[in-house]
Amino acid sequence: MPNLVDRRAPLVPMPMLVLFASLLTAPLWLTQVGLYQYLALEIMIWMLFALGYNLLLGYAGLPSFGHGAYFGVGAYAFGLLELRVVANLWLDLAGAALVAAAFGALVALFISHRRGIYYALLTIAFGQVFWFVAVKWHSVTGGEDGLLNLRRLPADFGFVAFDLKSNAALFYFAFGVFALVVVALWRLVHSPFGRILTAIKQNETRAAFVGYNVWLYKWLAFTISAGISGIAGGLFALAQQSAYPNVMSLHSSGFVVMMVLVGGGLVSFWGPVIGALFFILARDLLGAYTETWLLWYGLLFMAMVLWKPDGVAGLWQDWQRRRSSGGALAPRGVAG
Amino acid sequence: MPLFEARNLHKRFGRQVVLEDISLAFDEGRLSGIMGPNGAGKTTCFNVLTGRYRADRGEVLFAGESITGLAPRQIAQRGISRSFQVMNLFNDYSALDNVLVALPDVRRRGFDGWHDLGADSVAQQKAATVLARVGLAGKERAPAKSLAYGERRALEIAVALAAEPRLLFLDEPTAGLGSEGTVRLADLIAELKRTLTIVVIEHDMKFLFGLADRISVIHWGQVIAEGTPAELRENPWVRRSSLGGGAS
Repeated sequence: MPNLVDRRAPLVPMPMLVLFASLLTAPLWLTQVGLYQYLALEIMIWMLFALGYNLLLGYAGLPSFGHGAYFGVGAYAFGLLELRVVANLWLDLAGAALVAAAFGALVALFISHRRGIYYALLTIAFGQVFWFVAVKWHSVTGGEDGLLNLRRLPADFGFVAFDLKSNAALFYFAFGVFALVVVALWRLVHSPFGRILTAIKQNETRAAFVGYNVWLYKWLAFTISAGISGIAGGLFALAQQSAYPNVMSLHSSGFVVMMVLVGGGLVSFWGPVIGALFFILARDLLGAYTETWLLWYGLLFMAMVLWKPDGVAGLWQDWQRRRSSGGALAPRGVAG
Repeated sequence: MPLFEARNLHKRFGRQVVLEDISLAFDEGRLSGIMGPNGAGKTTCFNVLTGRYRADRGEVLFAGESITGLAPRQIAQRGISRSFQVMNLFNDYSALDNVLVALPDVRRRGFDGWHDLGADSVAQQKAATVLARVGLAGKERAPAKSLAYGERRALEIAVALAAEPRLLFLDEPTAGLGSEGTVRLADLIAELKRTLTIVVIEHDMKFLFGLADRISVIHWGQVIAEGTPAELRENPWVRRSSLGGGAS
């Protein structure tokens, strides 16, 4: 019998350790490398969104091209709960996740029997419906202006409350949420549920014939992914102190796809993290030199899809395989 | 009472009648064969029996209970497993993972989103045992897509076996195999036959006549002959047709 014990996933893998250490210490070194605190906060929020999205695209193989909708629903839900229901950070953030998950669940009811191009087209159509409602339903969403003047509510733990008005404080709060979601997602993709999702991605027919309710797994993957997008959207509304239609536009949906693919979400759990970092930095650094930064990024995206669809993480994995096999490219393993 | 019974099945695609009043019965502990020329309706019949297609009319019973119109997953959960003529594997997974996700223990924990499946050494040993049973010991970590053709055929059967079925359907298991691979597969099926009820669709008559306890011949969407291999060898229609050619 082979030794199978070493197949367990590490509780805290090295990339997670490096990521958490980099983020935790970011306020200490950001300004010294010419960046600023808010940028780190925004990168972390997009990393969260991209990781949630990749559960669907990378692990379940379901191409949603309208996922910005759930990011936006989370932002609006957070804002509306704060302005009209109860100004409590925990309840509003939980509400953002739950409302986005609920809308995701509703949409998933209509699309989970599809796959491939039909699935993708339906997600775009539903995404556009959400965007249209956000723009047109003035009395609730504030129309094109959106919801303005949201407050950065304090993080009240009962015995102690932290003010989140500064970007540094909000960054650490968002880091806490981010770390919890990353650990939960890491566990999820290595759990039976995650392994079955990846099996369904590879072969829906076979999964059904070994006894899995493929529809239900696809529905759940979409719902969970929408819920995580909602958390990211809630944090975004908190950071921006507003929620507006642009966050749920087709642009947002496209950005997260580009982040995941360029980063290498199809071959690595950490691909979306790399992609979000790469994208937001490109926006800020390239954007400082030229307004056409998205053109250059778009060309890079096309080149990546044409020549290296496994993204940056795929390049890294190739380099590691070459190094371990003394130059020759060894066969690929299963995405981890 | 037979373990599995199909009564008066009809299936048409558009105006094309593919199955017409087919009735079949498979006894527990036996290896039953279904044979027929290309286009006879064998695979459609298999797909109806295992829930991939819904019959237009007729009834399917398993262990005395109707499973007519049930989805493939519901049929699988009742203890019926199948392999496919065209390879149907989880290609990016290792051989071990292909079997692992098909284990009933793992299926029952399918909505567990917290515990690491890689840490479940009991399930993995069980999967490794299934692989060893089909002759794939030592190939546990090989990605399914990197296996040789015959090994992939064996893995197809391993995935079906992993579900711990009461009844195993094998759809043209020798398709694409050379003579050496066919002999190895015949040995494997003969071993499985000792503990399982098996139904095999096969165009390789020598293979089927050597293994089956009872064979049904399908042609033009109907069962035109049934019997033991010895009885069928004497059947005038089978003798006249090309079907009987390789069986002697």
